[in-house]
Amino acid sequence: MPDGPALTAQRLTKRFGERLAVDDVSFEVARGEVFGFLGPNGAGKTTTVRMLGTLIAPTSGSASVLGIPITRTSGVEIRQRVAVMPEVPGLYARLSVRENLECFADLYETPDPKARIGQALELVHLSDRANDVCGGLSKGLRQRVALARALLSDPEVLFLDEPTAGLDPAAALEVHQLIDGLRKQGVTIFLTTHRLEEAERLCDRVAILNTSLRSIGKPEALRDQLFKRSLVVRTAAPLADPDAVFRGLPGVDGWHADGVASYVLPVTDASMAAPSVTRALVAAGAGVLAVGESQHSLEDVYLELVDESRPAAAS
Amino acid sequence: MNHSWRRISAITRKELREYVRNRPVLVAVAIFPLIFLIQPVVLVLKLPTEVAVQLSQRHLLLYMLAVPILAPGILGGYSVAGERQQESLEPALTTPIRSDEFLLGKAIAAVVPSVVIAYLVFSLFMGFVLLFAPPGVGPGLLQPGDIAAQAILTPLLAAAATWISVAVSTRMSDTRVAQQLSLLGCMPLVVVTSLVAFDVIPIQDTPLVPVAVLLLVADVVGWRLVVPLFNRERLITGSR
Repeated sequence: MPDGPALTAQRLTKRFGERLAVDDVSFEVARGEVFGFLGPNGAGKTTTVRMLGTLIAPTSGSASVLGIPITRTSGVEIRQRVAVMPEVPGLYARLSVRENLECFADLYETPDPKARIGQALELVHLSDRANDVCGGLSKGLRQRVALARALLSDPEVLFLDEPTAGLDPAAALEVHQLIDGLRKQGVTIFLTTHRLEEAERLCDRVAILNTSLRSIGKPEALRDQLFKRSLVVRTAAPLADPDAVFRGLPGVDGWHADGVASYVLPVTDASMAAPSVTRALVAAGAGVLAVGESQHSLEDVYLELVDESRPAAAS
Repeated sequence: MNHSWRRISAITRKELREYVRNRPVLVAVAIFPLIFLIQPVVLVLKLPTEVAVQLSQRHLLLYMLAVPILAPGILGGYSVAGERQQESLEPALTTPIRSDEFLLGKAIAAVVPSVVIAYLVFSLFMGFVLLFAPPGVGPGLLQPGDIAAQAILTPLLAAAATWISVAVSTRMSDTRVAQQLSLLGCMPLVVVTSLVAFDVIPIQDTPLVPVAVLLLVADVVGWRLVVPLFNRERLITGSR
């Protein structure tokens, strides 16, 4: 695999008239990485994909794809090596699935198009629907055709803009498995999604965008960066003197009640604190129901970071 | 810069497949030639033999050149606006196809059926005249020079009309509006051919070849002029 990142963006900015769509966004995506791009509607995710896919030009800043700088003349060279699956499948509704794919195989100048179309259809489990007219397909099936279309050119970088939007859970799972398979083949995937569990499950790193970049990193690192680790303790009955139980325990930085007979203990190291907390509870005669680490989801991180009132985090 | 004929023909083939399955477009493309066929057929049947000499001095046949102008008006008008309406433009533009290739593919797909229709209508008209016109009218109407002009100028005029309509289509997002404005944009060409047909613009002494060359140059220039109008960013984002 060649050296250098698959994607780089340096202070990428895009304005549409007075409206600032993407503001000063910088990041790098390594080759073979699955990179999640999260953000609310209108955050600039699709605009970023379009800039990196050479569909629209940045107002300022620079970017490169597979080491090729995005310029006025490099579009064709870049588009030969990447594929974009837009949010809207945009199929030719009067044409069959196969005819749609034939058209795109020729646009990519795919060698042996017939075999490649067969493989792509097999990957998205649509071989038996190849002759169906696209206008008659359900939204989920159209989405799968669009995915097959994006795979035709065997891209080195695949931009997936909300690939599971409108899919039922089983179909979404198939897409997830497909993305996993592509990752194993070394394809770099740039995934924009609203589904945070999807990003958490699939992505090596995520970036959270709300016009400007709010944060970037591994999902667990973002959690640690934003939320202090804590233990959640639940007892059968409220403790008579919680302060006496929790004060001074190794690794425990304090405590506060979180409802009746439930306590949250900020800790420096949950694995070190949990045994001593359990022993202290038992020694105090408490009926221990649960002692566990508090789990902040990526959703918590996301909600915290897309809050308009917060300044963007340096990344 | 080399063009990829595989990419161009992919667009052309796709367009032709779509036209064949798009009933409103098919009906619209069929109606205009029929109108242009019915009226002269009725007229020819009513012509007395005595006008044959007069007919040989006029170029009424060139009236039929309006057919290859109006058909591309409908097809070319649909070309880009139709893609925008069904949201299929963005996926196509994510491929390596260049704007000039994309537009050339679209234009060929509009010109080919238009020329076929025009030749068909013209052949039907000629056949009708030869078979059913009063004696003397046929030879008077079907002058070799006019037939040659019809044969040579038909594809060139179709291409010119196509570029006008594709240019209009790049600026529109609604196919019907695009088609109507395209037809309007092609009207000056219809006016010119009609004025020639009715001898308001005399062409008796104008050789055909320079006219054809001029039109060919205009077609190539038209293609190059339309390419900058095809602004990918505006077409995808709808920005001004």
